Amino acid sequence: MTKHVAPQLNRRAFVIGAATLGSGLALGLDIPFGPQPVRAADGTPEVNAWVVIRPDDTVVIRIARSEMGQGTLTGLAQLVAEELECDWSKVTTEYPTPGQNVARKRVWGDYSTGGSRGIRASQDYVRKGGATARVMLIQAGANDWSVPVSECSAANSIITHTPSGRTTSYGKVAEAAAKLTPPTDVKLKDPKDWKLIGKGVKRLDTADKVTGAMIYGIDVKLPGMLNAAIKDCPVTGGKLKSFDEAKIAGMKGVKKVVRVEDTAVAVIADTWWHAKTALDELPIVWDEGPNAKVSSASIAQWLAEGLDSGPAYVGNQNGDVKTALAGAAKTVEATYSYPYQNHANMEPMNSTALYTADRCEVWCGTQNGEAAFAAVLEATGYTADKCEVHKLMPGTGFGRRGQTDYVRQAVLIAKQMPGTPVKLLWSREEDMTHGRYHPITQCKLTGALDADNNLTALHMRISGQSILFSLRPEALVNGKDPATFAGLNANGDAMIGYSVPNLLIEHSMRNPHIIPGFWRGVNVNHNAIYLECFMDELAKAASEDPLEFRRKLMAAHPKHLAVLNAVAEKIGWGTEAPQGVHRGLAQLHSYGSYVAAAAEVSVTDGTKIKVHRIVAATDPGYAVNPAQIERQIAGSFVYGLSGLFYGGCTVKDGRIVETNFDTYNSMRINEMPKVEPIVMPSGGFWGGVGEPTISVAAPAVLNAYFAATGKRIRSVPLREQNISFA
Amino acid sequence: MANLTINGKAFDLDVEPDTPLLWAIRENAGLTGTKYGCGIAQCGACTVHLDGVAVRSCGVTVSDASGKTITTIEGLATNGVLTKVQQAWIENDVPQCGYCQSGMIMAVTALLKDNPKPTDQDIDDAITNICRCGTFQQVREAIHAAASA
Repeated sequence: MTKHVAPQLNRRAFVIGAATLGSGLALGLDIPFGPQPVRAADGTPEVNAWVVIRPDDTVVIRIARSEMGQGTLTGLAQLVAEELECDWSKVTTEYPTPGQNVARKRVWGDYSTGGSRGIRASQDYVRKGGATARVMLIQAGANDWSVPVSECSAANSIITHTPSGRTTSYGKVAEAAAKLTPPTDVKLKDPKDWKLIGKGVKRLDTADKVTGAMIYGIDVKLPGMLNAAIKDCPVTGGKLKSFDEAKIAGMKGVKKVVRVEDTAVAVIADTWWHAKTALDELPIVWDEGPNAKVSSASIAQWLAEGLDSGPAYVGNQNGDVKTALAGAAKTVEATYSYPYQNHANMEPMNSTALYTADRCEVWCGTQNGEAAFAAVLEATGYTADKCEVHKLMPGTGFGRRGQTDYVRQAVLIAKQMPGTPVKLLWSREEDMTHGRYHPITQCKLTGALDADNNLTALHMRISGQSILFSLRPEALVNGKDPATFAGLNANGDAMIGYSVPNLLIEHSMRNPHIIPGFWRGVNVNHNAIYLECFMDELAKAASEDPLEFRRKLMAAHPKHLAVLNAVAEKIGWGTEAPQGVHRGLAQLHSYGSYVAAAAEVSVTDGTKIKVHRIVAATDPGYAVNPAQIERQIAGSFVYGLSGLFYGGCTVKDGRIVETNFDTYNSMRINEMPKVEPIVMPSGGFWGGVGEPTISVAAPAVLNAYFAATGKRIRSVPLREQNISFA
Repeated sequence: MANLTINGKAFDLDVEPDTPLLWAIRENAGLTGTKYGCGIAQCGACTVHLDGVAVRSCGVTVSDASGKTITTIEGLATNGVLTKVQQAWIENDVPQCGYCQSGMIMAVTALLKDNPKPTDQDIDDAITNICRCGTFQQVREAIHAAASA
């Protein structure tokens, strides 16, 4: 049995980060108002922390969360603008820096952008920010005219005194408004009065993306900047033993070769190409440490042992599964598995740092500006007032850029070149082999049917990795990782949609040395395959239609059922499919949203799958920008089906085998099915949209594959089973 | 040293002849719209035009490109007037993160030059760039929109 050593936890970084940033959130309206308004960088006064209005009526809306392609920047701006009653055509946005947020007692709240929470976790206070600014602007207009504020209203950035018909613009009164005491009791609009929320307006950040002008982290240029390429120990848990610097000393452009902590070596050169070329020539000796013999097979064996024995955390339980299984007319059992997956962000990890004797600044794409800021503090030992992080557009995040390992490395390199900015860029190969991988799990499912083919019991036992154990150990609850039950919980924002009289869902935690991470969709990617493919297996055992079998169990879950019904109806479930085409379904609730998908596929020779058509429904409660939600839905099938067909990271000799897109491929346009999104907001709650749909992509296609072939696929990726896109 | 003509401008660059064109464009000419994605000509994020033909610049050396007309994403618009493809990209709200879109737009521009009215099958055959955000549905719509503009 190969020894599995858990990764070392960087508790110190967490403690320092948390202490620096303070605890309690001072959200939205805790603004240091006084006789002097706070001024933006260009001298324009802030109406409040969220809203700056320039004399030319340009509205600058501050965005704390990170845009990374998912559209949150535009959606958050819509939320503020809705309440502000401003002219949408004059809206621009800016990121307040993490350093400013700390200096101002976290006036912009949480910067963390993951878990599909950009909008759902900040909607209340950003709307209040907009509403507060509107009230102050109208008050300033009324004061100017010496009329009662009750006689004034605002729309489209124009304030009107109704009795006299006089008007003025936000830009003209912003300076005066900024000096007023903000109200503390603003009332938000009734959703029925929304004009901008719910409208599929175009993104605010497109123009620079079609001309090459958008600056991503990789594009940063600073005077005198050098470039670094890095190699970290290929086996997590191993160390850098030695390197022979003399061998590359004369190579063109090379300035310095540096150790980075005790695991990595970096070459600093004038250009990154020179740095990378020299690094490839550098003789390096690694101490590969205790994990050097771990393989996919040894991990699989260790996880398989957890399916039947050893302790397990209970995530959801009702009734008595054991007794019900013992008394069943028929039982069904199956074991599934889901592999490691790399985020494969289009832009490899990178960060630029300038370290001096008394200050450190960083430029990077990040999903969590505050975490990046905490990483700078930790790596430098400097206090918050001496550090800053400048957020740039990330070439995707997908959860990977919520981590700060690449920021820390850049700072540690820059510390060895004081006064010189250094940009650290990972090669694709470094990126593919030093990810924070989708956790690896297996699942054994057992179901009981009675004589009338009713599902009387369901037992799911998941064995595998916990992300929180490695990345956020403080979030474990008595050792249990509650997030591993996403989509399977009895209640909350990731709730199982079936009522089963006897239910037991448990997790046997086993943490191999490969560091896991939050991979778009996170735990629901595997949980949805396990649950939704097994529901199809149960329907088959019950000789029932997969839709009808599910419906019988969903009476107490009308919102789950509504999205499932919506996709079933639109795909034409129950009607004849085109010749050779077969259908599959899946549904799940996660990140507060209800999603379902129906797939139409045809299969040639059992090994070539053509995905013709997908219908996918989302009920996010309130839909801020349906056009962007549709894009998140469609894009989810690219990410989810790429993972299903092409993904899967193999472990050999303790390291990840796949190093680039030639072995870890991603879907192309010719493989893209036609996706027909249904955005069906039922109101009354705020769900996320960036991640939920990914979970249903794979099971809908796998269920359709079964319908086509009668063959049940229980592991991912399909490439390992010689199944490919047609 | 290498002499390259990029977007109609002559560059005299201090770069070895075997340097991939991608890095000469980004680091030596300072044009960062062309992106690094894989370095092995798989993803297409670094697509540029070499004498009007779409190529993956990570797989072409500076010496290969010398004497040829190189066009990058920055060279498409003339005097700030966007091309039909760029306009269609804005009209159809195509980019999500946008990182792959420089290469995508360069590949599509080359396709439309050779084939002004591509069918879906033509698009499937010609456009092989990776987009991890998954904008393909909008990419396809925008190609048809640009073709009929």
